[in-house]
Amino acid sequence: MCSYVVEKTAVIGSAKAAGTWTPITNAVVAVDHPFHAPVDHALIVDFVNAGRPVNERVALELSVASARDLIASMQAALDAFGEGG
Amino acid sequence: MYQGMLAETVTITGYHDDEIGAYLARPLGPGPFPGVLVIHHAPGWDTATKEIARRFAYEGYLAIAPNLYHRFGPDLAPDDAAAAARANGWITTDQFLGDAGGALRFLRALPVSNGKVGTIGYCSGGRQSFLAACELPIDAAVDCYGAFVVSSSPPELPFRMEPIIDRAPKISCPILGLFGVEDKNPSPDEVAQIDAELTRLGKEHEFHSFENAGHGFFAVDRPMYRVEAAVQGWRLLLDFYGRHLS
Repeated sequence: MCSYVVEKTAVIGSAKAAGTWTPITNAVVAVDHPFHAPVDHALIVDFVNAGRPVNERVALELSVASARDLIASMQAALDAFGEGG
Repeated sequence: MYQGMLAETVTITGYHDDEIGAYLARPLGPGPFPGVLVIHHAPGWDTATKEIARRFAYEGYLAIAPNLYHRFGPDLAPDDAAAAARANGWITTDQFLGDAGGALRFLRALPVSNGKVGTIGYCSGGRQSFLAACELPIDAAVDCYGAFVVSSSPPELPFRMEPIIDRAPKISCPILGLFGVEDKNPSPDEVAQIDAELTRLGKEHEFHSFENAGHGFFAVDRPMYRVEAAVQGWRLLLDFYGRHLS
């Protein structure tokens, strides 16, 4: 379905696409029909710089299962690192 | 028999008299031809939407698919426009109705139009096709698995979809509903609720729910595609339009 499930969060960091690094200020997270990934529904993450055009965003579309695996991996890595940063 | 079509982007006047882009596909020949407004789904004014418009032109219809995300950037790629829509709360109901109304006027003003226009939408567009049947002067509407007609999206989401079934008393045209029994949104129970309400209101409609099909069974480029349901669905909707738009 077109779920309209969208979450937005501010982030501090950078993303690289087409060989160029750019600062990012926000992540827009959705679970909906992807544009490119060959699955019915995907976790869609748009890393954006609020001051830049939307077509300069760095986009991800992950199958729901692989997204859950990735989240677990990210959480495990952060847990192993511990506090601070 | 010679058969041909012309498919091109055009400019139409939509909500607030804004000029927006639209994809027009039409048969060559003197007509008169009925029209179909093809409503793109939430992923945007994409290749699949334009393929559907061309299918209708092949079948003898003037088909128009307005770019409902035009205001996010007229020259954006469909995926970028959809990203902008996600980030900015999609589009409002009033804006959709204004743009859809402009597309209807454009179709009916074509010299080869027979004056009759139907709507069709898939997924979020199915909901909007139902909405058009409630609010716009159309002659037939097809709702393909539109969600959030009788239900709401979860309240914790920043952009909430509200039910529109309360508008059903204003429906002024026949409605064809095509659904999959394995769909979760709209679920078979929701489809039954819509069916019952239209029956209670005396609104002409016919609903078909396909076995072995879930959401999005018309989408030829996705795993959810179901050939039997899609082929039968095309046959049913062309028959429906043939009866109501000729």
